Amino acid sequence: MTQDKNLTDLLDVRAGQPADLVLRRATLLDPVAGIDGVHDLVIRDGRIAEIAAPGEADANGAEELDAEGLHAFPAFFDPHVHLRTPGQEHKEDVETGTRAAAAGGYCGIIAMANTSPPVDTAADITALREQARAQASVPVGFTATVTVGMKGEELTEMVELRDAGAIGFTDDGLPIRNANIMRRALQYQHLCGGQIALHEEDPDLSAGGVMHEGPVSAALGLAGWPSVAESTMIARDCALAAYEESRIHVQHLSAKESVEVVRAAKAAGVRISAEASPHHLVLTDEEVRSLDPRRFKMNPPLRHESDRQALIDALRDGTIECIATDHAPHHADEKEVPFEQAAFGVTGLETAFAALHTELVLPGVIDLGLLIERMAGGAAPFDVPRPTLAVGAEANVALCDLTAEWTVGEDGYESRSSNSWAEGRTLTGRVLVTVAAGQIAFRLRSFSLGVAP
Amino acid sequence: MRNLLSIEEVDRDAMEAILDRAESFAEVGRRDIKKVPTLRGRTVVTLFYESSTRTSSSFELAAKRLSADLVSVKAAGSSVDKGESLKDTVATLSAYDPAAIVIRHPYAGAAQMVAGWTSAAVVNAGDGKHEHPSQALLDVYTLRRRLGSLEGKRIWIVGDVLHSRVARSNLIAFQRMGAEVTLCGPPTLIPRGIEELGCEVTYSLDRLEEADVVYALRMQHERMRGAFVPSLREYAANFQIDTRRLGPRQLLMHPGPVNRGVEISGEAIDSPQSLIGEQVAAGLVVRMAILYELLAGRPERPTAIGDGPAAAEAAAPTIGQPA
Repeated sequence: MTQDKNLTDLLDVRAGQPADLVLRRATLLDPVAGIDGVHDLVIRDGRIAEIAAPGEADANGAEELDAEGLHAFPAFFDPHVHLRTPGQEHKEDVETGTRAAAAGGYCGIIAMANTSPPVDTAADITALREQARAQASVPVGFTATVTVGMKGEELTEMVELRDAGAIGFTDDGLPIRNANIMRRALQYQHLCGGQIALHEEDPDLSAGGVMHEGPVSAALGLAGWPSVAESTMIARDCALAAYEESRIHVQHLSAKESVEVVRAAKAAGVRISAEASPHHLVLTDEEVRSLDPRRFKMNPPLRHESDRQALIDALRDGTIECIATDHAPHHADEKEVPFEQAAFGVTGLETAFAALHTELVLPGVIDLGLLIERMAGGAAPFDVPRPTLAVGAEANVALCDLTAEWTVGEDGYESRSSNSWAEGRTLTGRVLVTVAAGQIAFRLRSFSLGVAP
Repeated sequence: MRNLLSIEEVDRDAMEAILDRAESFAEVGRRDIKKVPTLRGRTVVTLFYESSTRTSSSFELAAKRLSADLVSVKAAGSSVDKGESLKDTVATLSAYDPAAIVIRHPYAGAAQMVAGWTSAAVVNAGDGKHEHPSQALLDVYTLRRRLGSLEGKRIWIVGDVLHSRVARSNLIAFQRMGAEVTLCGPPTLIPRGIEELGCEVTYSLDRLEEADVVYALRMQHERMRGAFVPSLREYAANFQIDTRRLGPRQLLMHPGPVNRGVEISGEAIDSPQSLIGEQVAAGLVVRMAILYELLAGRPERPTAIGDGPAAAEAAAPTIGQPA
């Protein structure tokens, strides 16, 4: 990725003061740019100005942070966030959602279009972009729906939507059931451009399902949402994408069968990218035995340990190139009901890095560099420049304390909703400062900002 | 035991204790005055979000036989019709300071949630397709009376296992009491992975003669979405328990209500091997025993006025004296 491209070329954020900041003796890690080691990181006028020997950089009046023992990464990018605006601002809005993103170390997010009403006109996109320029702590890209009203019947005005600034298209929350509509969207992509992101679920196979189909659903008497409802739909869309030579992004992969389909499609040259969510990488359907929908009911559902292992393998070998939170805020009233009645979805922006660091990196399942690479891997599938620490680039930096322990939910959330799957867990690793699009987007309150000696 | 939410959490000793208690209530039931003062002055609420004949009537009668004050709320005709949430309904009913709430609900985990919202003891009278622990206890009671013990007995549960909370609770309870359980039904009505609960699964009645007890399940049309079997006629042809398939030494059970001529033939229902009537009778005494176990051993909380220890003593459980 060339270093003169900025997130704000495509995404919208509230304008603020460009950061002037020196991170003294920070441990820098950007595996894609090949940066690894203890340095002074100098951010000047919102750009990475210099990587200097530890303690050697000339602050030149900039704020200095003592970052000894702390890690600085390229900030993260989440291609799958529900900001619930317009229509469901009691769950989340642009301001609270992007604050949550900043607190999680994200420098950019992509908002889903399954709002109420769905984002399916150019006027919707224009209004949302304006809102982001007024309220967003981190840059946001807005998707539009593939079909009008997410009804799966007719295509939206995709060219006009792109002209208005839609970053891509998705009916996320629902699959595109009709294969012929799906095919037309893929054909039309050659005209309008833009990624098409897919929630893959055969609604006939998953009908009524509220959790993974298997021994746990059998024991609980809950209707199963079988893995094959996901994998068969992915297989259909891979075939269509191959036939039309179009590209697709598969959202929230959950099943080992799906991983196999994506891996085979990639090997066959299909233009396909894929994401996995932290909760699918950490939890299994065993959690559902608690019958707690607030933390453990989401779509697609938590699956078997063998599925979780397959997702981790796919993360390692690049079959899955990015981690996406599928941050799905819900009001308590929609979750304080029996499991089958509760809304699908959990929040994830504020905990994604810490949870994956705690559950995958610390036990040695994956290494830190891979996690950092995948946490920002969601930019490329949407043609967004990958955040980097390379000199000259727009500053997008997450400063983290990898030893800090904290209990999720103890200090509340930046998000308006509290349906975090990680609530109550003690995690190791915390984001202290986030620089997004060259601006300081977040500072942890308790992180004292002493001037470095 | 604070609540009865699932049979999963009731160990064998606790089950035996409830069954022994039920035996003593059966003795009370043979007297002229069938009422004991055990729960005098305490309130039992039954809250039914689904239709029920046996379970609701037997819990209500059980509460009355124990001298409790009873409030029966049915979803139809209550504020639930007006859109009140479960949480708000429970908060409303909890304002009466009930000793127990007996709840039936169409969704799994409802009773467990209610237990988190109230200080009353909560009894799960059926939550969706999940569990029906009082049914499991009364079925074990019925079998124990007839067979002495379930140890080593082979029990076949036949029919619509997928939609059956009775199948799930009974499978656990029968196994815990030492029986070997086989689940039998069409593959579309056997939940994938259920064999991990330690039972055998078969799709044919061919080996039915192995069974000591045949437990037929109701075909639950009301819970079915989509065609799970081609027709009830074909289902009956392959899985109906009739007097031709049922041997003379095999016992027949059913949780009711029966679809006559579907899962069981009329002759089989009325045959001497049928325990269906005994199951209903057992329902009353077992539910008395459940309320007793949950409430009698648990002293009433002192009220704001402060009843003092004397009142608590007066409310202490007594059994055997007519009210």
